[in-house]
Amino acid sequence: MLLIFEQILNGVQYGVMLFLLAAGLTLIFGIMQVINLAHGSLYMVGAYAGTWFAQETGSFWLGLPAGLLAAALTGVLIEVIVVRRLYDRDHLEQVLATFALILIFNQLVIMIFGRQPFFVAMPEGLQESIQLLPGLQYPPYRLLIIAAGLGVAVGLYFLITKTRIGMLVRAGATDREMVRALGVNVRLLYTVIFGFGALLAGLAGYLAGPIFAVQVGMGEQILLTTFVVVVIGGVGSIRGAFVAGLILGVLDTCLRAFLPGILRLVMAGPDADALGAGIAAMGIYLLMAIVLLIRPQGLFPAAH
Amino acid sequence: MDRSNALKTLAAVIGLLALVAVPIIADAAGSTAWISMATRILIYGMAAASLNFALGYGGLVSFGHAAFFGLGGYVVGILYQTYADETLLFGFIPGTNQLLVTLPATILVTGIAAAAIGALSLRTGGVQFIMITLAFAQMLFFFFSGLSAYGGEDGLIIRRTNELFGLNMRDRATLYWVTLAITALFFVIYRRLTMSSFGTIVSGLRQNERRMAALGIEAYRYRLIAFILSGIGTGIAGAMLANVMRFTSPDLLAWHTSGQLMIMVILGGVGTVTGPFLGAAVLLILEDVLNAWTENWPLILGLVLLVVVLQARGGLMAIVNLVRGNRS
Amino acid sequence: MNARSLLLAGLLASACAIPGAQAQDPVKIGMVTTLSGPAGYLGQDVRDGFNLAVELGEGKLGGVPVEVVVEDDNRNPGQARQIAEGMVFDEDIKIMTGIIFSNILNAVAPDVLDADAFYISPNAAPSNLAGAECDQNFFSVAWQNDALHEAAGFVAENEGYGSAFLLAANYQAGKDALTGFKRRFSGEVVGEIYTPIEQNEFSAELAQIRAANPEVVYQFFPGGAGIAFLRQYQQAGLLGEIPLVLGEPTGDAVILNAVGDAALGLRVGSHWNEDFDNEASQTFVAAWRERYGDRPITTYASQGYDTAHVIGAGLAANGGDMDDADTFREGVRSADFESVRGDFAFDKNHQPIQNWYAMTVVEGENGPKLRTDGIVAEHVSDVYVDECKM
Repeated sequence: MLLIFEQILNGVQYGVMLFLLAAGLTLIFGIMQVINLAHGSLYMVGAYAGTWFAQETGSFWLGLPAGLLAAALTGVLIEVIVVRRLYDRDHLEQVLATFALILIFNQLVIMIFGRQPFFVAMPEGLQESIQLLPGLQYPPYRLLIIAAGLGVAVGLYFLITKTRIGMLVRAGATDREMVRALGVNVRLLYTVIFGFGALLAGLAGYLAGPIFAVQVGMGEQILLTTFVVVVIGGVGSIRGAFVAGLILGVLDTCLRAFLPGILRLVMAGPDADALGAGIAAMGIYLLMAIVLLIRPQGLFPAAH
Repeated sequence: MDRSNALKTLAAVIGLLALVAVPIIADAAGSTAWISMATRILIYGMAAASLNFALGYGGLVSFGHAAFFGLGGYVVGILYQTYADETLLFGFIPGTNQLLVTLPATILVTGIAAAAIGALSLRTGGVQFIMITLAFAQMLFFFFSGLSAYGGEDGLIIRRTNELFGLNMRDRATLYWVTLAITALFFVIYRRLTMSSFGTIVSGLRQNERRMAALGIEAYRYRLIAFILSGIGTGIAGAMLANVMRFTSPDLLAWHTSGQLMIMVILGGVGTVTGPFLGAAVLLILEDVLNAWTENWPLILGLVLLVVVLQARGGLMAIVNLVRGNRS
Repeated sequence: MNARSLLLAGLLASACAIPGAQAQDPVKIGMVTTLSGPAGYLGQDVRDGFNLAVELGEGKLGGVPVEVVVEDDNRNPGQARQIAEGMVFDEDIKIMTGIIFSNILNAVAPDVLDADAFYISPNAAPSNLAGAECDQNFFSVAWQNDALHEAAGFVAENEGYGSAFLLAANYQAGKDALTGFKRRFSGEVVGEIYTPIEQNEFSAELAQIRAANPEVVYQFFPGGAGIAFLRQYQQAGLLGEIPLVLGEPTGDAVILNAVGDAALGLRVGSHWNEDFDNEASQTFVAAWRERYGDRPITTYASQGYDTAHVIGAGLAANGGDMDDADTFREGVRSADFESVRGDFAFDKNHQPIQNWYAMTVVEGENGPKLRTDGIVAEHVSDVYVDECKM
């Protein structure tokens, strides 16, 4: 029983993490209608820059603003030099351009930091696991990630629904020309949003560092999963991304944890293990296919 | 009008002769690896052109065409393994090493797969269509990665290329000419298809679905047929790649292969007839040449692609047309 | 039209680039290896170890001047094949090496071997090439793939653990890994998990390990996933409770550095470490330190270094006359060189016979490093040798 509870908690934790990874993408992909394959590169930039600064200063917490800043600046740079020229072009040209950016960023990271994965220190005081319930040990760093994910979710919700900039974002997504006609500098607005989305990618990258590996190509590994989260949730919907992240996290964890055991009831051990892992791997894609067939716009279609 | 048509025919004949002569020139130049490069370009060109039919003409942005590419490869690989082991596939299908059997088998298998994937995927559109096609391809990728009977992740070695009319298929030039013949046949069909009334309808659906509906055209059915044809073309390319490489692996089914095909189409020119072939040639040659030159080749490749996309609206074909336009 | 003229231009350009071969030209060695992506450091270390041997020999191997041509396979079988073809058919290179991954080797090897060129493998050695499809021109210097996991099995067996929990990624190499481990481990296997490829998040598996409470855990997640696993294992508080045994690909110097203190105390089964006291190893380590400073020395680097010397043994035999392939082959097979691993010989299927050692991760000056504890298996070959008709 405790194991089932623990696995569901693991699923929730993973789900919040998926949301954290996907939050920046929802903003850029959903609201600005830009297919940014280089989102993973921004995640990598945040992780490398933050970790490097943390190593230089010896403090995990000083690395955080450095990672955010580097990712945001890179995002702004990308927007001004490349993406801005592609808003009125075909989606496919955005795909080609941002694919080119992936190649460039990966090789730049190799040239600057080398090919070896980076060591990331855990923040002080969060190294040892703590006891949540009797018999249930849990890493506090994971709790920190849950807190960060929830914080980002709430913050984004307020930003989009309650502030002036959020109103402009929503209006700009619906009718760009109208917002421009009202005297708003849409160009600047888009640069700011893109930079903010990049900052969220950097946050996810830096926070994921101590759990995953900081290495070249780390961005592409999460790219597909984050796109899946965004699309299941409904493109452009923060709430959708959050719910989709949770569903995917719990589903993925439970499939991995329990499916082989269930299959072993009906077939030989090794076959059950292999088949279970195979189905678990397909799990999130299967879910996406089913969701899109039933609700083509995703769980929470954005208003526009 | 007659004169320009004659010129076009002349150009096509000269072009074809030049393509036929590639192995001879490469041999004379002492660069026989270019024969294989040319073969790969033709194959990737076919795959990209097939994708382009769905993507460029039909507006169906599939991010899952690696599924058909890889399936084509596995049809050849699994039939060969069954043939070599002298067993029966699923207990009743004998294996084969005859190209004249494996290619129709590929058409059948990829056709069915494309029909199934297309029938489901076409219920969505836009970004959702991109992602759902990706989802199906990923499921196949994981399936073949775990398929240990056929090598799983390590891939499946095909000891000998499929046989055809007793030709020496071990000879790289012969294999190139066979591929060229298949590509030429493919090209004729593909070009006619894009200009046929069917092609026009598919294009029309991309431009204005409502107007086509008013004309009484069932969008879903036309799109599905376009998707199936596109999948079959990509499958044939995959089958040929497995023959040329004498190897097939889940790598062919991975999402970055879908991406690579898409990049070839976009680089060459979306919705153009020859663009995908041009895109395939430029991408593969650039990879090879830059790699031989510096270990930082991805950086330079990235910069080149970026400049092309920022400077040329409509890919390389746009540049080609610009040059042509200036000349005449 | 443009595609064709480009192709022609390329043909002409590459035609001009190839100089006429002359008798006193150095022997060319073609190295196709992985330099891009997350696994790029493996290829980089093989390359640098190899080049170090050439540098120490002042441009010669076995007394014969050599030229190493390196290209990046981008971890893509098609690209690797294209490069290898250019090297073997056009540049007339007779000695190929460098490939890291088995699926790439499977795509490249048939062509190279059919063209009567040699392939001397510094890393990948899938079972088919050790068994039924063994070839007189294929040599594996590093190991047969299974041996890596058998070594870990030896370590666990040696320690007398009664029960083990095994994890690997759900692909062929993962399944082979666990089979290899179980071949040498006689205790009970209380759990066996295959995770989806590219999975980096292991909380679900860690909870299962804790519930099964085995005496030892063995995992095969190479690269980034392995780093993630070790860190999460520590964060979950399992490190102090259930010991871990690692194979070489999940416990190399680069991974240990990236894992940091969480690696301390882990047991690794391996065939070489920088603290070996034989002369060849000390020369290699000193040269590496001088050339690359405190960059970690991985076993991949040592394999590249040894591979160069194996080729050297062949070149010393035929004096660099690659038309005399038989003498070269005899020279390579004799393995007449000083391996950094000490005792080294080729079995009849051209896979190494060597010792495997138990090691422990201890604190070093620049992060964790391995300490050699002792031999766990002496002069072992692989289980596929009898399938090889050679």
